[in-house]
Amino acid sequence: MSSEAKEIICIICPVGCRMTAVRDKNSPSGFLVSENQCKKGEAYGIEELTNPTRVLTTTVKINPGIYNRLPVRINGSIPKNKIFPCMKVINKVEVKAPIKIGSVIIENILNTGCDLIASRSMKAS
Amino acid sequence: MYDIAVIGAGIIGTSVARELSRYSLRIALIEKDNDVANGTTKANSGIIHAGYDAKPGSNKAKYNALGNPMFDELCEELAVPFKRIGSLVIALESYDMEKVEELYNRGLANGIPEMRILGRSEVRKMEPNLNDEVVGALHAPTAGIIDPWELAIALAENATENGVELLLNHRVTAIEKLTDGFDIRTSASGIEARYVINCAGVYADEINNMAAAPYFQITPRRGQYFVLDKNTGSLVNSVVFQCPGKMGKGVLLTSSVHGNLLIGPDSEVLDDKDNVETAAHRLLLIKEAAARTATGIPFNTMIKTFAGLRASPSTRDFIIEESKETAGFINVAGIESPGLTAAPAIAEEVVRLLKATAGKLKKSDDFNPLRRKVIRFMELKDHERVELVRKNPVYGRVICRCENVTEGEIVDVINRKAGATTVNGIKRRVRPGMGRCQGGFCAPKVMEILARELGRDMQEIVNEGKESYILSGTTKGEQDYEGK
Amino acid sequence: MKENSIVNRYDVVVIGGGPAGLAAAIEAKKHGAKSVCVIERDKELGGILQQCIHNGFGLHIFKEDLTGPEYAERFIIELMESGITCKLDTMVLDISEDLDLQILNTYDGFMHIKAEAIVLAMGCRERTREAVNIPGTRPAGVFTAGTAQRFLNMEGYLVGKKIMMLGTGDIGLIMARRLTLEGAEVRAVLARRGYPGGLMRNVAQCLHDYDIPLMLRHTIVKIIGKERIEGVLVARTDEERKPIPGSEELYECDTLLLSLGLIPENELSKGAGVKLDPATGGPVVNESMETSVKGIFACGNVVHVHDLVDYVTDESRRAGKSAAYFVRKKLKENGLLIKTEPGKGIKYIVPHLIRVDNLNKSLQLFMRVREVYPNSRLIVKADNEVIKKSRKMHMTPGEMDNIRIDPKILQQRKPAILSVQVKREEE
Repeated sequence: MSSEAKEIICIICPVGCRMTAVRDKNSPSGFLVSENQCKKGEAYGIEELTNPTRVLTTTVKINPGIYNRLPVRINGSIPKNKIFPCMKVINKVEVKAPIKIGSVIIENILNTGCDLIASRSMKAS
Repeated sequence: MYDIAVIGAGIIGTSVARELSRYSLRIALIEKDNDVANGTTKANSGIIHAGYDAKPGSNKAKYNALGNPMFDELCEELAVPFKRIGSLVIALESYDMEKVEELYNRGLANGIPEMRILGRSEVRKMEPNLNDEVVGALHAPTAGIIDPWELAIALAENATENGVELLLNHRVTAIEKLTDGFDIRTSASGIEARYVINCAGVYADEINNMAAAPYFQITPRRGQYFVLDKNTGSLVNSVVFQCPGKMGKGVLLTSSVHGNLLIGPDSEVLDDKDNVETAAHRLLLIKEAAARTATGIPFNTMIKTFAGLRASPSTRDFIIEESKETAGFINVAGIESPGLTAAPAIAEEVVRLLKATAGKLKKSDDFNPLRRKVIRFMELKDHERVELVRKNPVYGRVICRCENVTEGEIVDVINRKAGATTVNGIKRRVRPGMGRCQGGFCAPKVMEILARELGRDMQEIVNEGKESYILSGTTKGEQDYEGK
Repeated sequence: MKENSIVNRYDVVVIGGGPAGLAAAIEAKKHGAKSVCVIERDKELGGILQQCIHNGFGLHIFKEDLTGPEYAERFIIELMESGITCKLDTMVLDISEDLDLQILNTYDGFMHIKAEAIVLAMGCRERTREAVNIPGTRPAGVFTAGTAQRFLNMEGYLVGKKIMMLGTGDIGLIMARRLTLEGAEVRAVLARRGYPGGLMRNVAQCLHDYDIPLMLRHTIVKIIGKERIEGVLVARTDEERKPIPGSEELYECDTLLLSLGLIPENELSKGAGVKLDPATGGPVVNESMETSVKGIFACGNVVHVHDLVDYVTDESRRAGKSAAYFVRKKLKENGLLIKTEPGKGIKYIVPHLIRVDNLNKSLQLFMRVREVYPNSRLIVKADNEVIKKSRKMHMTPGEMDNIRIDPKILQQRKPAILSVQVKREEE
């Protein structure tokens, strides 16, 4: 990985700090993150340089729900490059209504260590 | 074989078809589009003109004067809102008053009743929101306003109730004269008919040329409009025209029957008969021109702009006649303004022409001139509302929150003859999507109701024409995420 | 009262069951309103949150990163447990100045409700193609971002495959990502200004992550296509956001999504005679979120469009509590009254009026700036005296700002006007 500085917009909170992150042998973490307003921003900056991750939210088919789709989320962050592979798996799932919020739909999806869970309860139609 | 084929289901075609449905005839009303009233009829000023504008002795003058007084009874029979609010032609310069007088005299020659020339103070009293510069005006109390597509839809419904067969999505491609009639080829099935009535609007010349030698041309002349929010229509109490003069014909300001302020149109000759695009620079000119009538127009409440095409004939007058060359082929062409006003009188003339060529027509015994009123929930009194929802709970569900249209109204207009099958068809009939949100909230619900009532899948529901699909598929299909 | 129609009475009627209405109703009940009724036009509670399936909600209120439906469900559960009446699938047709509501649904029919206090929580609607006057044809395939979001996330329908987007509101940015995840191609997102309208984090995680081009200073000057949209003419814009002639370029697409901002939905408010602020499009409100009509309160996006639901909840809790206090005659109506005034660089301030006697801990003023201000200060003045300065690294019209003021200062100085202005650091 290059030691060039990377411009990063922090996505941890709505403030959206415009930060700079660079590898720096002299700092204890091995990285130097600047223009962040909080500690979480620093961690995010380092992660963006080393292993960028995201929260994936999407939907799955539900039957016979009051809507055709149930919103779902992955209960943690997954590597960015796992997003589309996860979508392929998620697109094949169909769940039964009624369902409770937090119900696990796919356990340890693609060995990410995270589960796909229902992000709302839904009654049957 | 049909007795009669009426080509075109705009205001003229539907008027003619309904008039002919009084007789024992087998009639086909042929329309190229997916709904009736889909061309010029859905995009014009919606004014029932008093009749002082057309040149005395012209067809325009004649049928305008005959048509105007027919509207009270016609709209009563068809349960279509019509308001005789009168019109003013305002003079903004003192020399405009000469033109006002000229129009007055023309009106007298055309037999227009109750006209008066008003001075400044009288105009101001009638229309306090007009600009100070107003010098005087011609007042014609017989002018009125109507929703033109509502009338055409009602005519189509009543005609089909009385036996007319409506053939949508039938674009006429060729007409062949047979020994005892015509073979009409269309984009769908072929149709045979003894007589043909050509009411094809901007395409009337092309239809004529399929059956006879060319002898007139129709030029599309585009006009653009602004529609402002409900309740803005009260800015004016009558239809306010500007005096035609050096600045051109001027633009009009009027309330629609539903209370929206309507501003326009301009006039622009085109060569594309399908071009109903709006154009920013033309709209700007209309805005500027309208400011001469009234400065306080609340353009910030604009709901939409639209454009329509006038079917301008090369003869400069309505063409209402049997083809000299092809017997049994009747042209009703070049019906630009005041065509809406003239429509009921033109329909009667077509019957006379038909009798002249076909001989006596037998009256139908069971013709019913009345159309069942579309119940509009918001127009009901409290106790009527309570009663209606108790009887039919579907009126208790509001679908469009801008215009407060209930599911009951939507279901009603789907299940009528010549009923709605598209999102815009519903919008024209009972107005969901006509309001501020332009269908953002209600279109999905309207689609659901259409799908349910028509027994179709949501994905088959179209906006307007057959190719105007709204949804392109479902999620969770076989996405390949190419390159991702 | 009208004959033939049933009359019901409630202490507090809340119109709208979205995040604002939920929080207001719960809080009204907590603070002593005996009967509370929420009227919701959809078939379930939660409002637009139910279609906002992405995360980023609740960081402030719950210190958790929740999705829209998760955030909504927490309030729905609380509401269900607190003895609040809920009328779903119900439309309010009219509110009179004496707090009589006309409502309509399929199960009660048409009826009148009398409220001691009303909380307006109807939210907002999206700006349409017509509101910004994009010329051209009127084909199918032109959607507001929110409508497309509902189709995609709740009904499971795709609105198109090759998508252009005009406007960079948050819903639009988030939809660009959602559409990409569902296999559509988002060709470009256009912003008429030189900066995006939505939050920067959404630009980063919705556009940058998926290599979706963000074209700043571009707009659409024409829509092309007869039945379904076939393309758009894109032009660059000048400093005043006007298209530059000669810069037009054709982009083929089968769908145009519009994310042009939101407009508070105040048709009912207007009917009740509630005074509106032209800068927000919402009611003029005081420190208790009460409108110009006594007993009618308002909160959430009906007052001013928020970027964050957490702030909607905060504001709505105040409105709900105040409505209950009003019913219990605990709101102080007299005493020192201060007017807020947006100064240089500030588009609006909410609340508009402050009755100092009703403040307890601190007064929070919410505002939006008119343009982008890097490294600037917000200066608060009580009449002509500066009482507070607050340094801001980055202010943009797309992000709401707020500033807290100690009520004691106001009590001491008794100003008639409290104004806020922006000052650039170098000035």
